[in-house]
Amino acid sequence: MTHLGDKIFRTAMTMAATVIVVIVVAMIAKMVMNSMPTLQAYGVGFLTDSEWVPATNKFGALPFIYGTVVSSVLALVISVPISIGIAIFLVEQAPSRIAKPIAFMVELLAAIPSVVYGLWGIFVLAPFVRDYLGAFLAQYLGFLPLFQGRLTGIGMLTGGLILALMITPIITAVVRDVLEAVPNTQREASLALGATKWETTQIVLGNAASGIAGAVVLGLGRAIGETMAVTMVIGNSPQITASLFEPAYTIASVLAANFADATEELYLSALIEMGLVLFLVTFVINGFAKLLVMRVAKRTGTAKNS
Amino acid sequence: MISRLLVSMLLLTAVVFISACSGQPTGQSDSSGSTMIQGSGSTFVQPLMVKWASEYGILNPSVKIDYQSTGSGAGIKAIQSKTSAFGASDVAMSDKDLAATKDGEIIHIPVVLGAVVLTYNLPGVDKPLNLSPEVISDIFLGKIKKWSDPKLKTDNPEVTFPDTAILPVYRADGSGTSDIFTDYLSKTVPEWKEKIGRTKNPQLPTGVGIGGKGNEGVMGQVKQNPNSIGYVELTFAKANKLPAALIKNKAGKFIEAGSDSVSKAAAGAVASMPEDLRFELTNSDGEGAYPISGMVFVLVYKNQEDAAKGKALVDFLWWVTHEGTKFVTDLHYSPLPAELVAKVEQKIGMISSGGAPLRK
Repeated sequence: MTHLGDKIFRTAMTMAATVIVVIVVAMIAKMVMNSMPTLQAYGVGFLTDSEWVPATNKFGALPFIYGTVVSSVLALVISVPISIGIAIFLVEQAPSRIAKPIAFMVELLAAIPSVVYGLWGIFVLAPFVRDYLGAFLAQYLGFLPLFQGRLTGIGMLTGGLILALMITPIITAVVRDVLEAVPNTQREASLALGATKWETTQIVLGNAASGIAGAVVLGLGRAIGETMAVTMVIGNSPQITASLFEPAYTIASVLAANFADATEELYLSALIEMGLVLFLVTFVINGFAKLLVMRVAKRTGTAKNS
Repeated sequence: MISRLLVSMLLLTAVVFISACSGQPTGQSDSSGSTMIQGSGSTFVQPLMVKWASEYGILNPSVKIDYQSTGSGAGIKAIQSKTSAFGASDVAMSDKDLAATKDGEIIHIPVVLGAVVLTYNLPGVDKPLNLSPEVISDIFLGKIKKWSDPKLKTDNPEVTFPDTAILPVYRADGSGTSDIFTDYLSKTVPEWKEKIGRTKNPQLPTGVGIGGKGNEGVMGQVKQNPNSIGYVELTFAKANKLPAALIKNKAGKFIEAGSDSVSKAAAGAVASMPEDLRFELTNSDGEGAYPISGMVFVLVYKNQEDAAKGKALVDFLWWVTHEGTKFVTDLHYSPLPAELVAKVEQKIGMISSGGAPLRK
């Protein structure tokens, strides 16, 4: 005999779960509807054209897709090793009187509003990149196309750095939780067999691999969607260049910067379609990452752990 | 447990419901009997609107002006969709915008003037630069690449320029500032008109310049990057203590941006103004007129549905363009010249409710 309360409870929970599905479907439907003018006028060309001149109704989203993907990947490349390093230190090495304050500071970093990151980016990070980091890279690695071009401190490199800084707390926090979830018996067994600390950590990392991959996906999600801070330091110029010094533009930035002031129908439609593209990019990357997590989990046989 | 869940869900529903109801657009009289007028739009006029709203609130405690700086385009959208009692825009509505407005006739009321200035970060140069429209256009089109270019020297014989690359900074977001700036260059430089044109979203040639978001964004880039030059509203250059170049006007004079020179630009334009006051102040006639001048329009419906609210709005607009002008220059805006105030009075007089004019 089922209890009435159980029924109510289940209905309420089912409704709560349904809301998510409804919202996602409604969002996609509305975006597709409102981007019909550009969908019809440009078709696939919208994704492959690289010219973006609203004044003459030229809408090509490629530079924005490129900027979004490259800045996010750059952020991951910088942030992932650091985050995993912090997490290993906190869980495996540091005594708790050191680990606690550091963990607190990492969490504090996550609470800073992105506009503050952006301002700090303009006034501190950008000059630093221009005068020291960029100058150093240009001098010693300047033969690579990555580090050629106009070094103004405002551009892809600074954007990537800011993003890296912003996603580090998230990745660190999740990786830390994952490492803590690895049973202590494993560490003890490993040490008992005469393994060194380093070898033990490797085993722990292996067991936590799928969880770590998940953490990276979370970080990536934030990097792709981050708007304010990036807008302020990336230079907002829709171009595709190999140079990390040159300004770029991301999808989220162009939406934030232009949406409020767009009155022409076609322009508005182009911006909404851009939102759809962002949705798509996130979807593809997330799907890709899920696959990665699954493969890692299979290889290490820790699917249960994640 | 379950009952607590139900209660909290009920509460949540109630909260959502109540906030949805109180989110009524144009604001109505609340329980204390005061009238709330909501406006939105131009970010440029925001500091002054806030000042006006608070000063007016002291004089008329029963009227509350709430201004949201959402951007000129959003201001136009807000008045079209009646989500605000008035919109504010740095740019007059286009014929297309007006045609798309179904809910009645919109009146343009100029309330204040402003200037867009070329500000720069040029270490070692302390004399204000003279810039002609041709030189500005060449810089932002990437044709003049270095400060030592002879074209810059021609207008500034006494300045010793460094041999460094110029970094132009533009507005990356759609803005009235860009519109005024590109309108001016389109009127004066054929090449600019052909390549960029008048637009809220100028797209410089690939590889030229960097974009900043908002006046603050451009300001920040210029401040942080030696050898850069960008365009911002005068207020922002003043507040950041950065120089503003003297710009060559229609009469061939190099003019400094300021309350006086901007008002002169408006005075010079009054004669050629259309009846609905939708016009641009750029490249205006007059000896002392600053050529990259603009104005802020308040957009209101000619016919106000609610007479009491309409009356409050009309009184506020009257005050803003009369007594309120004393707050204008402190914030580096420019007051309307007397010739224009006369036209504005006539426009305010046209606002009515149910056929009866609201300004007695």
